Amino acid sequence: MQTLLFLILFPILVACLLLFVKRTTLRYAVVALSALAIGGASAYLLIRYASGGAVYFAASSEAADLAMVAIEMALALFIIYMGAKFRNYLAIALAVVQAALIVYLETSFTGSLHAANNLFIDQFSIIMALIIGIIGSLIAVYAVRYMETYHHHHPEVRDRQTMFFFVIFAFLAAMFGLVFSNNLMWVFFFWEVTTIASFLLIGYSETEEATTNAFRALVMNLLGGVAFVTALIFLAATGPASGGIDLARVLASGDAAVVLIPAVLIGFAGITKAALMPFSSWLLGAMVAPTPVSALLHSSTMVKAGVYILVRFAPVFAGTFAGFSVGLVGAVTFVVASAIAISRSDAKSVLAYSTIANLGLIAACAGVGTYMLVWAAILLIVFHAVAKSLLFLGTGAIEHRIGSRNIEEMEGLIVRMPKMAVMMFIGIAGMFLAPFGMLVSKWAAIEAFVQAPFGLVFIAILAYGSAVTVFFWAKWMGKLVTVTRNAERVEKGFLEEPWAPLYITTGLVVAAVFLFPVISSTLIEPYVLAIYGVTAHLAQTNVAIMLLMMALLLVLPVSFFLLGRTAKHLPVYMGGRPATPDLHFAGSLGMTREATTQNYYLTEYFGEARLFRPGAAVCIVLILASWILAGVAL
Amino acid sequence: MNWLIGAVLFLILAPVAGGLIAGIDRKITARMQGRVGPPLLQPFYDVGKLFEKENVVVTTAQNFYVLAYLVFIALSGAIFFAGGDLLLVVFAFTLAHVFLVLGAYAVHSPYSHIGAERELIQVMAYEPMIILAAVGLYMVTGSFYVAGIAAATAPAIIYLPGVFLGLAVILTIKLRKSPFDISTSHHAHQEIVKGITTEFSGSTLGEVEIAHWYENVFLLGLVYLFFAWNPVIGIVAVAVTYVVEIFIDNVTARVRWQAALKSGWLAALLGIANLAILSYMTIGGA
Repeated sequence: MQTLLFLILFPILVACLLLFVKRTTLRYAVVALSALAIGGASAYLLIRYASGGAVYFAASSEAADLAMVAIEMALALFIIYMGAKFRNYLAIALAVVQAALIVYLETSFTGSLHAANNLFIDQFSIIMALIIGIIGSLIAVYAVRYMETYHHHHPEVRDRQTMFFFVIFAFLAAMFGLVFSNNLMWVFFFWEVTTIASFLLIGYSETEEATTNAFRALVMNLLGGVAFVTALIFLAATGPASGGIDLARVLASGDAAVVLIPAVLIGFAGITKAALMPFSSWLLGAMVAPTPVSALLHSSTMVKAGVYILVRFAPVFAGTFAGFSVGLVGAVTFVVASAIAISRSDAKSVLAYSTIANLGLIAACAGVGTYMLVWAAILLIVFHAVAKSLLFLGTGAIEHRIGSRNIEEMEGLIVRMPKMAVMMFIGIAGMFLAPFGMLVSKWAAIEAFVQAPFGLVFIAILAYGSAVTVFFWAKWMGKLVTVTRNAERVEKGFLEEPWAPLYITTGLVVAAVFLFPVISSTLIEPYVLAIYGVTAHLAQTNVAIMLLMMALLLVLPVSFFLLGRTAKHLPVYMGGRPATPDLHFAGSLGMTREATTQNYYLTEYFGEARLFRPGAAVCIVLILASWILAGVAL
Repeated sequence: MNWLIGAVLFLILAPVAGGLIAGIDRKITARMQGRVGPPLLQPFYDVGKLFEKENVVVTTAQNFYVLAYLVFIALSGAIFFAGGDLLLVVFAFTLAHVFLVLGAYAVHSPYSHIGAERELIQVMAYEPMIILAAVGLYMVTGSFYVAGIAAATAPAIIYLPGVFLGLAVILTIKLRKSPFDISTSHHAHQEIVKGITTEFSGSTLGEVEIAHWYENVFLLGLVYLFFAWNPVIGIVAVAVTYVVEIFIDNVTARVRWQAALKSGWLAALLGIANLAILSYMTIGGA
């Protein structure tokens, strides 16, 4: 239990310490050491608890409960203050409603607000802890140098780095708390802290756009928060039947119909936090924040909290029409967001849509909730966290170096920044190609949906979704590997950025391929087995084939460049016209005209303007349907 | 050890079979156009000659991507003929095609760039249907493994006529035949020169051609699975399907990419309808 408490409390301590650290070098030392401690503690958690089942800890403390309520009220006041300052009355209204509901819950159900065990750990929590502890703290390390450069590039932004790093570490603490809490009141408390933390981080630059987007994120997540409290009130009111606010007892409750309503409400909170449609816009708006924030929100925190809670409640959703409906929200989000990603040329926007799509896929798995799908969903969470953090960190580094995050501007990156290009290449491959993780999970999901009742709907959606996924990733990859002539290598001046987090995450993406049988057998399978009594796994032969593919992918480039024959170099074919070797048509009198190549974005077919509204409308209907179906089931 | 034999036989024999099929293809095509056509072994002479050419490149990296394309096409086909998981085969082929596309991107040439974009559109067009074909075969035979599907006694084609028709549509894309030969074509009527392969020459172009042979053999193998309960009917069906594809190739003009994409996705819709009816019937029956 000490390790759990350490992981929740230590980041808070570091956060407070960082409030007083103003020098970058000192901050870097503090952050790097804390990252080591947090990562180490997460790894220790793995060694200590991986082999057993779920372990519960009473950790009862009246003081902690009181403190949480006090902080929740303080946060509500903070939102009201900020809402008044920036005239966002919707945020105020939601904060007031939520605070009122909390007060109602605390005063009317005093007897039933105690969980037998407040903290717990099982294999799923370990996985989440590793993601938060390793990837989250790597991003924090990366952020130190990034923020220094950021302020160098953006002198107009007020330097609030002490606040920034305070929030980052508070965020990590809240995420740990969220995945370790068995008391749903505690889960909700940490849930709200992540909402506020992301609000502060998105609004960091204090521009009008940043503030608007921060409030959009806040409002949408508060909406989820209101649903969460409503679920808590429902659970408290139906204590004996539903299991009250004790997560383990709720999940084990025999009265499926009673539990389904709070599950759908909490699921709705998960949908808002995971930025599924129609709430995807807050995550896109979050792009205005400095890139480490995006990396954090997309890979190891925030949205992962949303899918974490959905996957936790998957056993409740399994086999119900309400759960099916929640799953469909995810599936529709998956295909629509993937399609919109085709039309985007801003790298962060593509990454954001891809995140939304993958979270949708995870939600689809959780909503249908068979054992195989839960297995696939957890795999997706792991692989997505690793690959997506790499891509965001890479994009941030590229943006600082070439001054743009437009994919078209990344043309010829393999010539200009070879190391960076290779890392981005691996990250993108990690998102959609065999034998990398995301593809494996998608494949597992297809095989699992075939066996689920009415799974064909999901298969159909997945088939189209994975086809468009190939398109938008491959054309980005293509831009990276384009060998442009006469381009200058600009990687050298990049030393101000620390390479270590990039190297480590790249290593993790590759290692995940080799380690995933181990991750599956030591963590995911025991968890699924404990919940469902059966478990899924990938067939030995397929694992062997994929390891072979991975080995080939590693060996091929090496052998090619070792055994490479010399070749005669010729300029490209330019339609038989006089041309220069670097893609210019040569005219008369020495005049040249440049020929450029551009990717297809097919905006008139896949544009946001065309696809977002119908997608969001379908998802709203499905969300409402899930509520009605849960109500009918009661 | 059956799987190993299957894989090795594929790796050795598929180029021979693929080349012969290409030769027959050219012969039949010529007859359809009222020409005599080249000798049966002409594709082998062509590829043999390509390997004797000087090694000329725009950038050295292009040869790497094409080599990776060939290696992974061969590997994917080998997994198929070893009786492996059909979905894994599909995804491995996608990986291989991404390598070809990257090769075309790497050279930074206007023509191959357009070819690469169109190749990706083709991938996007055929991918849903090919996944659905695998799922359909699973629903009938209860296995994703090619070995299991081939050993099944149920006549898959009876249950999956819509899926088969859909597959036939995207087969035209995969065989690089008109009307869907938008990224590169064997015909001379391309306005984008040679599309994705514009900048590949000599042995590299030869590798692309051999990869194409490998893939064609796999595709015909996939068609065979729908008739696998009876090998004689299976082989006849494969032959008929291929001749029909040649016929379509010769009587249609190349369409725009929009039409190719729509056709591929509509074909998948047909497949979904087929599978929906099938799952409705099996639920009703059980």
